[in-house]
Amino acid sequence: MRAVLIIGAGLAGLSAAITLAEGGRKSVLISSLPAERAQSVMAEGGINAALDTYGQGDSPEKHFEDTMAAGCGLADPNAVRAMTAEAPEIVEKLAKLGVAFNRTAEGKLDQRYFGGQEKRRTVFAQSSTGKQVTAALIQRARYWESRGMIERRDHHALLDLVMTEDGACAGCILRDGHSGETGVCLGPVLLCCGGLNGLFGKTTGTVQNTGGAAAAAFAAGVPCANLEMIQYHPTTAAISGKRALISEAARGEGGRLFLLRGGAPWYYMEELYPKFGSLMPRDVVSRETARLCREYGQETAWLDMTGITAGAFEEKLADLRAFCREFLHLDPKTAPIPVYPGIHYFMGGLYVDALHRTPARHLYAAGECACQYHGANRLGGNSLLGALRGGRQAARTILAGETEDDVLSPPEQAAAQWRQKLREIEGRGGACSCAAGEQCLAQTMRAALGIERSEETLRAGAEALAALAEELRRGRDSRVRPEEQLALERRVDLAAAMTESARERKESRGAHWRRDFPERRDADFQKTTLACRRDGKTEIAFAEIPKEEST
Amino acid sequence: MTYRLKIRRGRGGGESFWQSFDTPCAGRDTVAAALEELNGRPALMDCTGAAARPVVWERACLEKKCGACAMVIGGAPALACATALEDAADKSGTVTLAPLAKFPRIEDLQVDRAGMFRALEDMALWLEQDADFTDERRRALHYKAAGCLQCGLCLEVCPNFDGRGAFAGAAAVAAAFRVLDENETGEHAAAVEKAYERRVFAGCAKSLACQRICPAGVPVERLLVKSNAAAVWHRKERKRK
Repeated sequence: MRAVLIIGAGLAGLSAAITLAEGGRKSVLISSLPAERAQSVMAEGGINAALDTYGQGDSPEKHFEDTMAAGCGLADPNAVRAMTAEAPEIVEKLAKLGVAFNRTAEGKLDQRYFGGQEKRRTVFAQSSTGKQVTAALIQRARYWESRGMIERRDHHALLDLVMTEDGACAGCILRDGHSGETGVCLGPVLLCCGGLNGLFGKTTGTVQNTGGAAAAAFAAGVPCANLEMIQYHPTTAAISGKRALISEAARGEGGRLFLLRGGAPWYYMEELYPKFGSLMPRDVVSRETARLCREYGQETAWLDMTGITAGAFEEKLADLRAFCREFLHLDPKTAPIPVYPGIHYFMGGLYVDALHRTPARHLYAAGECACQYHGANRLGGNSLLGALRGGRQAARTILAGETEDDVLSPPEQAAAQWRQKLREIEGRGGACSCAAGEQCLAQTMRAALGIERSEETLRAGAEALAALAEELRRGRDSRVRPEEQLALERRVDLAAAMTESARERKESRGAHWRRDFPERRDADFQKTTLACRRDGKTEIAFAEIPKEEST
Repeated sequence: MTYRLKIRRGRGGGESFWQSFDTPCAGRDTVAAALEELNGRPALMDCTGAAARPVVWERACLEKKCGACAMVIGGAPALACATALEDAADKSGTVTLAPLAKFPRIEDLQVDRAGMFRALEDMALWLEQDADFTDERRRALHYKAAGCLQCGLCLEVCPNFDGRGAFAGAAAVAAAFRVLDENETGEHAAAVEKAYERRVFAGCAKSLACQRICPAGVPVERLLVKSNAAAVWHRKERKRK
């Protein structure tokens, strides 16, 4: 049997590779940079699991309900049910693998409050949970690597998927970033390539998450679901050259949002939402923050952490405090931090079922690049969980279903087709600039898909993207390699699909807020938005959400 | 003050040359932000007005969490994302950038750090038994060790590391500590102890330049003391008994 080709070495990819190895199946873990550089290391606040450390009567059932409620009815209930049921076991396993989670005085795994959840459910390692969990999984992957079950292929980027004529995935085309060589790899493909950040320029995530791999899958005919559901994290801060996340843990440990009204601090979330205050789900906090900043003519809101004790800073938020001091030149113990919502997470992505199968045979997706678990809005603490659980579920599906190599495609043919695509680009007469196209893409997406959208902004975005796509496809930028230009063209197509998805969802739900359609309209839109590329055109449709199977 | 980036460029083991670029970035901006601005220009020209290729460098998070952007800045190894232009510039406002010298160059500021990762596998740095973190002090130290970014700055400054011999340097200490401190017994534990003695203990002259430069604040000295005890001294004691 061929090794499984895993694209992306973040937590979803690592989790999948380890699960495959445990099941006796080899995998190749492919990533443009080593796993240590994956965006997963940037996750801060924690991972949700209903361990009920504090005896509050928490349960996987309540975790399920909170996740579904935050997702505003768009999440797949069967997938969420499985994720929340497995969460305690996943977290216990991480502890055994050596993750230095915070503990209570009795030695139990400590849990903090997180947005949209009444229970203390978020297990954490200070405010660097993602880094700690990734380090443990890398350590585990090393074990399987030494036994020949995992091959870590760093500095390799996915250029294209190899598809058969009947729409199945036969493998992928990779480029070695060090040698510059390109080659065809055959085998089932599991995409764990992260969020679509790069369509928006710089976000809180890494610049390696360009969206290029997902765009290649989209170009190959793989549908994308709920692309319009983009999470603006309520508390991001401007640092040199980008916006950085200020973890929800800051509010989980007692941080409070305020803005200046008539020169005086006004703790708006506490007044508007007395029950959860600053810890409402992220979509609500971001929307209210943006709305009220506009109303009161303020450029930023403020995060007040001065009430958090020195001890809590030391034990639970030491990294966060150090970060604020170094990058913002502010000590959160004594001064409020200027914050504003920023793009942070993509709930939508490659369309997969509860088993993480895309509609293309032998092609799977997990982690942020896939559409699972979060519906219209993700709860803090559910991204690490979704990545870990998604990766292992995809692996299990592959272990159970990919038992023989029934897709045969001569690699020479795939290589020839690929060369043909590049030759078409190289043969173009006109000129264009990919760097300028990159800037245009980011500016257009930020304007079109802000926290609040409307037909007007979305149409303007769609028109700008159509013009950009045409300009790029007519010309050739000789300063970049042809595959780089192709990747940009495909990313523009994916961005256009995102804009069209937002345009077609004529309602407001979760992270998707339309000024012109402020109501939630379940009858028409409690459905999955599906964008699909066929014959060079993008079609938008709405699919029913799976019914919950009785267990 | 206006700043200028003077970058050492070239491919592989081939010839190198310096190329300079003026940047509109301010003194408080980071070297990473300046490189991003430069590579984002529709048409890149150096300070003489000649057309130039984008500068090759590794970067991911741009906020000191991933270790990708290690390079030599103003003569000192550092992360580009955590170094302000004003802190690295000479009197004329020039910031020199060069690739790490102890790793093979791929192109411009990008180097191949694969050897650093390979050492961890060769030393068998994984757990074969469940970790146990009921002791709070131990847990706190493990947390710090796991913060290692594998950026390689510690190897660049180390007087004992040259990238060719057996010595694996501080980049291996953090990962080794996390295994040695678990008190595993059996064949795997013995293999790790032996590898540690050969590839870390035997080559380390305790300059602790690694600890001073570590951007993640890994307490290398404490990890060394504990790891030396676990891998070398305790083993010898056990043998004598």
